[in-house]
Amino acid sequence: MVISLKNGFTEAGNATLFVARFFRELVKPPYELKEFIRQCYIMGYKSLPLVAITGFIMGLVLTIQSRPTLAEFGAESWLPGMVALSLIREIAPVITALICAGKISSGIGAELGSMKVTEQIDAMEVSGINPYKYLVVTRVLATTLMVPLLVVFADGIGILGGFAGINIHGDVTMYRYFSQVLSSLEFLDIIPATIKTFFFGFFIGLIGCYKGFTAASGTESVGKAANSAVVTASLAIFIIDMMAVQLTDLFF
Amino acid sequence: MIQVETNRKTQHVVELSKPVINIKGLYKSFGKNTDILKGVDLTVRKGENLVVLGKSGSGKSVLIKCLVGLVSADKGELNVFGIDMTKLSDQQLNAIRVRIGFLFQNSALYDSMTVRENLSFPLKRHSKKLTTKEVESSITEVLESVGLREAIDKMPSELSGGMRKRIGLARTLILQPEIILYDEPTTGLDTITSREISELILKIQEKYKTTSIIITHDMACAKLTGDRLVILKDGIMVAEGTYASLERSNDAWVRSFFI
Ligand SMILES: Nc1ncnc2c1ncn2[C@@H]1O[C@H](COP(=O)(O)OP(=O)(O)OP(=O)(O)O)[C@@H](O)[C@H]1O
Ligand SMILES: [Mg+2]
Repeated sequence: MVISLKNGFTEAGNATLFVARFFRELVKPPYELKEFIRQCYIMGYKSLPLVAITGFIMGLVLTIQSRPTLAEFGAESWLPGMVALSLIREIAPVITALICAGKISSGIGAELGSMKVTEQIDAMEVSGINPYKYLVVTRVLATTLMVPLLVVFADGIGILGGFAGINIHGDVTMYRYFSQVLSSLEFLDIIPATIKTFFFGFFIGLIGCYKGFTAASGTESVGKAANSAVVTASLAIFIIDMMAVQLTDLFF
Repeated sequence: MIQVETNRKTQHVVELSKPVINIKGLYKSFGKNTDILKGVDLTVRKGENLVVLGKSGSGKSVLIKCLVGLVSADKGELNVFGIDMTKLSDQQLNAIRVRIGFLFQNSALYDSMTVRENLSFPLKRHSKKLTTKEVESSITEVLESVGLREAIDKMPSELSGGMRKRIGLARTLILQPEIILYDEPTTGLDTITSREISELILKIQEKYKTTSIIITHDMACAKLTGDRLVILKDGIMVAEGTYASLERSNDAWVRSFFI
């Protein structure tokens, strides 16, 4: 009990130092621009199909599931607006972030973990290259930027999915659907929801890097790093989401 | 200048007046794994090939990792090029690390990069002014030094163990280090390849005039490359001398290495 408590504190301390180091290295030149762009491409572009499919299904399913309830009140005309609101405010950010935790965070954890275990990170260090800057800063920045973009993409595709869902039963023109969506959206719905996605992205990258960078020696720790990256990142997403909702509630 | 007894055919001249590496009373322990190093003293002179012997787990790798600051020592003096390695800022440390090559026990090639990228990665970061052509010619030169020019566009996963060792060596050579630390350069290779690597170490040593520490279990490699041998046991250096003198040591344990 005492030991696990002590380990917990040590871990928390190490994680804090890791974050502090991120901000220190972030501002110090030289900047690894090329690697950053490469990571953006890998994380953003390569995740598009997955995010598109899940986004479309989210919109479609949400529409189909909500229709009976709204129909009971004779409020079917609210359907496009309601689906768009729930997608943009909550469902698209959280689901997309969870998918990114599964795909990107675990990928980073496994990649850096295996580099750590096979001494590639040490090799960088002894050749006078700062591995933290090259590996961690670029990846964390890339996720911080790419996850919000993926979320916006998922929002759009999800709303299209909603259009498909509505047209299963009724016949609504594209123009009418989108004008209903847009009229129900307010600026204030979009801003807090977008801000929180930057935090999702930041923590997805950071947790993956931290788990990989601190992997113990031995090949089995690569799997552990990847696994624990997904679990921790998913949990972090829910916690951030809860805090974001509370804060939005308070200020808007 | 004093000639040192050597096994090398070339009779390389070692200047006894110029120690490049100076270690005094080095201690290191890892948590529960206490006392890996318990007061290691070691001096390596310019141009010398020093072989470190010792049982598996005796802390040989830890010793050279302390030397480049990969592992921080608990206590003791660490001097490289006359500079105290324990009191350096990150920037100063990196400047010294560029002058020290490190060949890892398992090569540690960057898996996600081709051989060409593995070699250009450190070079481009340290000499920003180089043109693409100059980078390319440096890459070709070191690959020729290790005899693997044809591997330039391969991925590390496509290389055999011996080839990986050579590429690892090429990657350390590309920064033209003054010191090279070899961690078991021949382990896991057949006798013929081992001999080739040992000869390569000698060739490189002559061509680039490097100072080397060679950790090995391979006595053929030790005999061929070593000017001087030391043995690490229970955290301290227990024996020192040329191959010939240690082979005839009074201590049966020391002699047991040479069977
Ligand atoms: N990062 C570390 N954390 C904890 N213990 C370590 C670490 N690195 C090395 N050790 C321990 O230090 C001891 C010496 O390890 P080292 O790798 O230096 O041995 P070695 O002499 O190089 O052996 P080998 O010939 O098998 O490579 C081992 O008992 C090892 O468990
Ligand atoms: Mg070793």
